Amino acid sequence: MRTETIAAIATGLTDSGIGIVRISGPDAFDLIRKIFVRKNGASANVERSHTVQYGYICENGEKLDEVLVMIMKGPHSYTGEDTVEIDCHGGVLMMRRILETVLRNGARAAEPGEFTKRAFLNGRIDLSQAEAVIDLINAKNDYALKNSMKQLSGRESELIRRLREKILYEIAYIESALDDPEHISLDGYSSGLSDKLDEIIGQVKELIDSADYGRIVSEGIRTVIVGKPNAGKSSLMNMLLGENRAIVTEIAGTTRDTLEEQIHFGGISLRIVDTAGIRDTEDTVEKIGVKRARDAAEEADLIIYVIDSSIPLDENDDQIMDMIKDRNALVLLNKSDLPAVVDIPAIIATGKLKDQKIIAVSAKEETGFDELKDTIQEMFCRGNVHFNDEVLITNLRHKEALQEALASLNMVKDSIRNGMPEDFFSIDLTDAYERLGSIIGEAVEDDVVNEIFSRFCTGK
Amino acid sequence: MAVLEEYYDIVVVGAGHAGCEAALACARLGLETILFTVSVDSIALMPCNPNIGGSSKGHLVRELDALGGEMGKNIDKTFIQSRMLNESKGPAVHSLRAQADKQDYSRQMRKTLENTDRLTIRQAEVSEIVTDEAGFGDGTQKKYRITGVKTVSGAIYHAKAVVLATGTYLRARCIFGDVSNATGPNGLQAATHLTDSLKAHGIEMFRFKTGTPARVDRRSLDFSKMEEQPGDEYIQPFSFSTDPDSVQKKQVSCWLTYTNERTHEIIRQNLDRSPLFSGEIEGTGPRYCPSIEDKVVKFPEKERHQIFVEPEGLYTNEMYLSGMSSSLPEDVQHAMYKTVPGLEHVKIVRNAYAIEYDCVNSLQLKPSLEFKTIEGLFSGGQFNGSSGYEEAAVQGFMAGVNAAMKVKGREPYVLDRSQAYIGVLIDDLVTKENREPYRMMTSRAEYRLLLRQDNADLRLRAIGHEIGLVSDEEYERTCEKERQIEEEIRRLERTSIGVNPQVQEFLEEHGSTPLKSGITLAELVRRPELDYIMLTELDEDRPFLAKDVIEQVNINIKYDGYIRRQKQQVEQFKKLEKKRLSVDFDYRQIKGLRLEAAQKLNLYKPVSVGQASRISGVSPADISVLLVYFEKNGGMARVDE
Repeated sequence: MRTETIAAIATGLTDSGIGIVRISGPDAFDLIRKIFVRKNGASANVERSHTVQYGYICENGEKLDEVLVMIMKGPHSYTGEDTVEIDCHGGVLMMRRILETVLRNGARAAEPGEFTKRAFLNGRIDLSQAEAVIDLINAKNDYALKNSMKQLSGRESELIRRLREKILYEIAYIESALDDPEHISLDGYSSGLSDKLDEIIGQVKELIDSADYGRIVSEGIRTVIVGKPNAGKSSLMNMLLGENRAIVTEIAGTTRDTLEEQIHFGGISLRIVDTAGIRDTEDTVEKIGVKRARDAAEEADLIIYVIDSSIPLDENDDQIMDMIKDRNALVLLNKSDLPAVVDIPAIIATGKLKDQKIIAVSAKEETGFDELKDTIQEMFCRGNVHFNDEVLITNLRHKEALQEALASLNMVKDSIRNGMPEDFFSIDLTDAYERLGSIIGEAVEDDVVNEIFSRFCTGK
Repeated sequence: MAVLEEYYDIVVVGAGHAGCEAALACARLGLETILFTVSVDSIALMPCNPNIGGSSKGHLVRELDALGGEMGKNIDKTFIQSRMLNESKGPAVHSLRAQADKQDYSRQMRKTLENTDRLTIRQAEVSEIVTDEAGFGDGTQKKYRITGVKTVSGAIYHAKAVVLATGTYLRARCIFGDVSNATGPNGLQAATHLTDSLKAHGIEMFRFKTGTPARVDRRSLDFSKMEEQPGDEYIQPFSFSTDPDSVQKKQVSCWLTYTNERTHEIIRQNLDRSPLFSGEIEGTGPRYCPSIEDKVVKFPEKERHQIFVEPEGLYTNEMYLSGMSSSLPEDVQHAMYKTVPGLEHVKIVRNAYAIEYDCVNSLQLKPSLEFKTIEGLFSGGQFNGSSGYEEAAVQGFMAGVNAAMKVKGREPYVLDRSQAYIGVLIDDLVTKENREPYRMMTSRAEYRLLLRQDNADLRLRAIGHEIGLVSDEEYERTCEKERQIEEEIRRLERTSIGVNPQVQEFLEEHGSTPLKSGITLAELVRRPELDYIMLTELDEDRPFLAKDVIEQVNINIKYDGYIRRQKQQVEQFKKLEKKRLSVDFDYRQIKGLRLEAAQKLNLYKPVSVGQASRISGVSPADISVLLVYFEKNGGMARVDE
C-alpha cells in the first residue's frame, strides 16, 4: 500500500504578509519539480535537503506567484516524509490558488491534523507531544505558549508518571499478598494505605486546581462585570476594549444580554462578559438577562462589581455584595468625575466585603484604569515564578481524566472506611492508574487517540 | 516392513490431567478418539501434591466443570478433606481446595475413560507427528498439516487432529543431589523421541524444571507438635452437577508446622551441593512454587516457612510435606526435615526431587491452542509450559474441544480474559513470554471480582451447552437459578422497610446506624455490617431459596457498586479485543513503531489489538500508533460485530 502525498495551507486562513503551503509524502519532490521554476529557469533542485530556492509557481506557462521553496528530505522533516514548503505571498486568494495547483498535480488535501498524525506514525513525536502541538497552535497568549512548550518537553508526563508509580506499587503489594499470604502480610495495611492515598489525592487535587488556573492561562480570565442597571458596566467594558462595543444609553436596563469580548494586557487575557444590571425586574426579557448575569458570575474567575458612586447604595447592592463576598472580586467606584454619594469607607462600613479591593475609576474620563490593570495582574500572575516552576493542566481532556482518577481514589478511601477486604481496593486503584495513564498515552483508550487528532486544524 | 495402521478422528498423546480432559471431550463430542499413555497404570496420576484446587486453581476447576469437564466430578468422588480458602477475604478470592485420595482419584478417572464410548486407550510411546507440507505462511515460516502420529514400534495412527499433552515426560530427568535418573515422575518411563520430531517441524522447545517434596511415614510423625487443619463443617462440592448432600462425609485432617533457623542453616551450609545452584539443572523453575532452598535464599529475613503435612490417601501411611520441595542430596534432606517440630524422628519413604523436561514455547500457539504453523495439531498442559494439575486440565479440555471443532468444521472456542480464569491462563500462555512453569494466580486475573468461583456456572454453562458437553437438563437448571437470583434481587430492591422499633432494635443489636426514614432491604444488605441472611427476621415475605441462589443474591447486592465498576473496565478492555488484526500483516510497514515492537508483532502475529497490547516489548505508545495507523488506512484492523 502506497502512502499518499498530502498538501494544505499551513498558515492561518487570514490575509497576512506571507503564507505557507506545505506538501508531504513520497511525491512531494516530483510535484514541486512540475510546478516550480527557479529564477534561472531550471526546475527545483531536490538533491540537497534543507535548502531554500527562489522562483515562481507556474502552471501552463503562467506565473502564479513569486515564492521561496524549502526542500526537506525525510526522515529529517516534521512528518518524517519528504516535505516541501512553499512560502508564497499571503492573502487567502493567492494561497488557495497555489494549493489548488498543488492538488491538481498529484497531492490530496490533508485532513485536519494529518501532518501531525504522520509525524506521530513515523515516530517523530509521541502522543502527549502531539496534543501539546494542538495547544501550541491554539495558544492565545505568551503564558499558554510557555505551558504548551513545557508539556511538549514532558514535564506534565513526568509528574503523572510519578503518581502512577505510587499507585502501581500499592496495586502490586495487594496482589502479591493475595498470591503469597504466607510471606506478604496485609495486617494494618489499610491504615497505611489511607495515609498514602491522602498524599496522592492531595497531588491530584493540586493538578486539578492548576487546571482552572491553566485554563485562565490558555483561554483568559473569565471576567464578569456586574452592577445595578446604569452603573456604567458597558462603558467600562468599552473603555477596556477601546471601542463602542456594547449599547450604552442613559436608560437603565439597556443591556439585555451578555456580551463577551477578549482583551490582552501584560501577557494575560481577560475574557470579559458584560451583563444586564442586577435588580429585581418585572420585564421578562430583562429578567432572562439578570439570570444570565447571575449564572455568569457563578462561573467567573473574576467579578468586577461596578458601583455608581453618585447614587446611594440600596438593597440591590446588598444582594450583589452577598453574591460576591466570598469570590475573587474587585469593586469599581465608577463616575468618580461626579460628586460622590458613596465612597470607599461607606462600602467597608457595610461589613460585607473584606478582601476585595476597591478602586475609584471614571469610565467617562478614563481614569483609574492603570490601577485596575495592575490589580488584576497582581491577582492572577503571582509573579513569573508560578509559571516557570509548576505544571499547569491546560487541556480539558487531562482535567477530566484527573477528576475521574480523583473519584476512583476517593472510592478506595470509602472502601477502607467501610472495612472492605483489600482485594476490593485494587478495582478502583486500577481505575485511577488507568485514568492517569490515559493522560500521557500509557493506557490506551481506543477512542482517545483519534479524538486527539481530530482536534487539529488542517495544515498541521 | 508391515506396520500396524489405524484410523481415528483424534489422537491424544498423554493421559495426565490434560490428556484425560482432551480425550473425554473429543469422544463425548462424538469423535473416534485414541488416548496414548506410556503406562495405563499412571492415568490421571497425581505425582506431586495430593490436592485439587486452592487459590485461583479452585476457580479453574469450577470453570472447567461448568463447561463440561471431568476434574470437578472426579475430585467430588475421591476427596478426603475439603476447605474453602480465604473466607475472611472478599468473595473474589474464596477458593475451594480438596485433598484427594491419590489412588482413588486416578482409578476413578480411569474408570470414567474406560467406560466412555468411542474412546480407545493404548499404552505406547508416540515418537513422531506425521504431517503434510502446506506451503509457506508469510514467506518465511514453513507450514504443515497434521495427518497422524507414529509410535516407537513404527505403528501409524492416522487422525484429523492431534492433541499433545505430554506433561513432564519429554526427555524427563529426575534429580536430587548428584543423582540423576532419565525417568518421568515416580520413576515412570520418559518419552525420548517426540521432541526431535517437533524440532524437525521448526517448533521451538524450552526446558523447564519443577520439583516435589519428600513423602514420609505417618507413623514417624509427632502430630502433637503441629496445628491441626480440619476440613470445613459444610462441604461445598466442586462440581455444579454434584448434589451437595452426597458429599457431606467424614474427613481427615492436614497438619501445619514450620521450618526454623536450624533448618535454614543446614540448607545454607549445603547449597553448594544443590544441583540447582551448582548448575547441574539447566531448566527454569517456577518462582511461585519454589523449593525450600529457593525460599531460604530469596527470603533471608524470614525466620520460618510453613510446612503443611497432608495425607496422600486413605490407602497409605505416606504423608506429603507441602512447602518443602527440594533437590538437595539425600543426607541433607534427612537432616533438614528432622529439624522441623513434629518431624524429629521422620522416616522418609520417597526423597524430594526436581524434574526437568521439554516443553514448547507456547507463543507458537494460537488462542485456540492450535499450532500456528501445524494445522490440526493442538497442545495442552505442562507441555505448554504451565504447572499444576488444574492448569493442565483446563488447557487439555480447551485443546480437545477445539481439536473436535476443527474436525467438525466449527469455529474454535476462545474464552477471553473477562470471561474466565481459563481465558486469562491461555491468553497469558500464547501472548506473554514465559520462561518458567506458569502457575495460575489470583493477581493474573484483572477482572477477578466478576470471575468468582461461585458464579462459574452462570458465566460458562451456556458456552458448555453450546459446545455440546453440558446436557439440556443441566443448562436449564442454571437458567432457572439465574432467573431466581434476578427475581430475588428485584424484590429486595423494591421492598421498603419503614422506621419501627423492631427495625431500630435489630440495627442497634448489629452495630448498624438506626434509620431516619424508610429504606429498601437491598440498601440494608449493602451495609458493611449486615448481609442477606442476617436480615431474615426483618424480611417477612422472603421466599425459600437454595444456598447457592442466596449466595449470589447477597454478593450481587452487597458488592453492586464494585461489580458495576469492574464491568465498565471490561467494556473498555473489549473495545481493543474487538479490533481484529490480520495475521498476514507486516508490521515493519509502520515506521512509527519502535523496532522491537515491530519485530515482536511480526513474530507473534496477535489476533487483536488487545492481544498486541499484552505482548511484552509492545508499549502503549506502540498501540496508539497501531490504532491511528489502522484507522487512517482503514480495513487492516477490522472491528468485529
